[in-house]
Amino acid sequence: MSNKGYNANFINRQSFIELDARERATALFDAGTSRELLGPFDRVESPWLPMQGVTPEADDGCVVMKGKITGQAAVVVALEGAFQGGSMGEVSGEKMTAALDLACADNEKGIPTSAVILLETGGVRLQEANLGLAAIAELMASILVLRKHAPVICLTAGTVGCFGGMSLAAGLASYIVMTREARLGMNGPEVIEQENGVEEFDSSDRALIWAIHGGDQRYATGLADALVDDDTPQVADAIRRFVSKGVPPVHRSSQVALYRNRIEALDSSRQWDPKEFRALWATNGSNEEKR
Amino acid sequence: MSEYTGVRGTVWFRALTGQASPMPGDPKSVLTADAPLGNDHARFLCVVPDPHARFPCARHGEVGLEEAFTLATRVREAIEQDKNTIKRPIIAIVDVKSQAYGRREETAAIFLAAAAAADAYGSARLAGHPVITLVVGHALSGAFLTHGYQANRILAFDDGGVMIHAMHMEAAARVTRRSVDELEKLAKEIAPMSYDIRDYAKLGPLYKLLHVENPAKPSRQEIRNVQGELVAAIEDARTSPVDLRNRLESTAAREMRKASLLVRTKLEAQWLET
Repeated sequence: MSNKGYNANFINRQSFIELDARERATALFDAGTSRELLGPFDRVESPWLPMQGVTPEADDGCVVMKGKITGQAAVVVALEGAFQGGSMGEVSGEKMTAALDLACADNEKGIPTSAVILLETGGVRLQEANLGLAAIAELMASILVLRKHAPVICLTAGTVGCFGGMSLAAGLASYIVMTREARLGMNGPEVIEQENGVEEFDSSDRALIWAIHGGDQRYATGLADALVDDDTPQVADAIRRFVSKGVPPVHRSSQVALYRNRIEALDSSRQWDPKEFRALWATNGSNEEKR
Repeated sequence: MSEYTGVRGTVWFRALTGQASPMPGDPKSVLTADAPLGNDHARFLCVVPDPHARFPCARHGEVGLEEAFTLATRVREAIEQDKNTIKRPIIAIVDVKSQAYGRREETAAIFLAAAAAADAYGSARLAGHPVITLVVGHALSGAFLTHGYQANRILAFDDGGVMIHAMHMEAAARVTRRSVDELEKLAKEIAPMSYDIRDYAKLGPLYKLLHVENPAKPSRQEIRNVQGELVAAIEDARTSPVDLRNRLESTAAREMRKASLLVRTKLEAQWLET
């Protein structure tokens, strides 16, 4: 490749982030193997949004697809960040949970079936508040069962990020794949600023936000398993790699002693520079070999 | 709607265990004890406010990094100890303000800490421990997902000081760009938005609502009654599947979660088509 290679790659890349949820899900399957379940023509919509004067979507912002990845059965559930911030309502939540439960049942029947969840979400949909929260709790329970049989791979690609209760679902995943544009955290900067003031978190400081929540930092500190460019073939390749890898020997969320000791070793009396924190938790890019 | 006081957790932990101290090496904000309950020796866990907690954003009853990993540690300890013996019941006493909202928490991945606690509770349930949650006060959002929401059975007091919700009202109003008044009106009409525990019960996730005259100061008889209800919930959990299907199959859920049930029926039918 010539010294213009980097630019050529950038120009020729096929953005994944610019795709909608349906296109993103399709792009992860072996070509021609996927079909959508409970699609927009089934019109299973949120019953709660119209009561509040909010227009529902025919798929409730959640796309479920079944097909093959590297020749093996897989289900992909993609949240549409452009609809209500990818928030979890009763219907979208149940679609994801039910899809994982069906994948689990297939594994128990002897059909190995992996799951990929595309999380572009702020968490609970507040118009469906307690049903959204209940849905996330049930989703988490289903991830815990499925990941014993097959990998549950979380992909966060776009700038909506993955926040709120859904960050716990990501935390339970077997593997987390992120782009540099994506963010992963429990509380978004605006919420922290509202609750504890601008000294705690300046939500207008975009560099700080990405330095803490961004894919680059999460990968460098071992909290994500792969960092990919916003390039569809690269994203799909990472997903295939983790499908082939199967269930990790130990899930990150079960490594309690490791992380408890790391928290205990932190100086809690002051804020940390994200770079300083990165040095403390650095994995030097060995994430995929680590577990 | 009630203000969070943070006293009820300690009151009920003491009432049910006769103790109120953390285990050696644990932060003061997490109380853990093994105590008799019916014919069992149960493990009780509770998160309480510690004004001197190491992390400043977790000093008022929030579930932060240390709280979540301590819960995870103590629940996993019970799983490990009971590996080859009768699985002791695990009782989560819940009165939590929220998750900790802080920059340090985000940097050090509170999402993973919270997931680790939920993982521990869920793994205990899957291993056959009856995991029972008793909501005595507030159970808010990420804090409840971390501590309590993975239980086989959830019980709560039928009381104005009990609140289970995705977000406190002021913040929810800001995010949805509504006034608090508008939100209160909507909450009265739309059950999943309500802050009233009786409306929460209508959604189906609760095993039982219990009545205690003054949950901040229970009588001996009331404590005995609650113990009896916990024992019944343990018994029920031991003779039922270890998943959470009871929440969706309850009489209340059949009415209020029709859309969820429709999703499951249709998705399953389409999944099986080739």
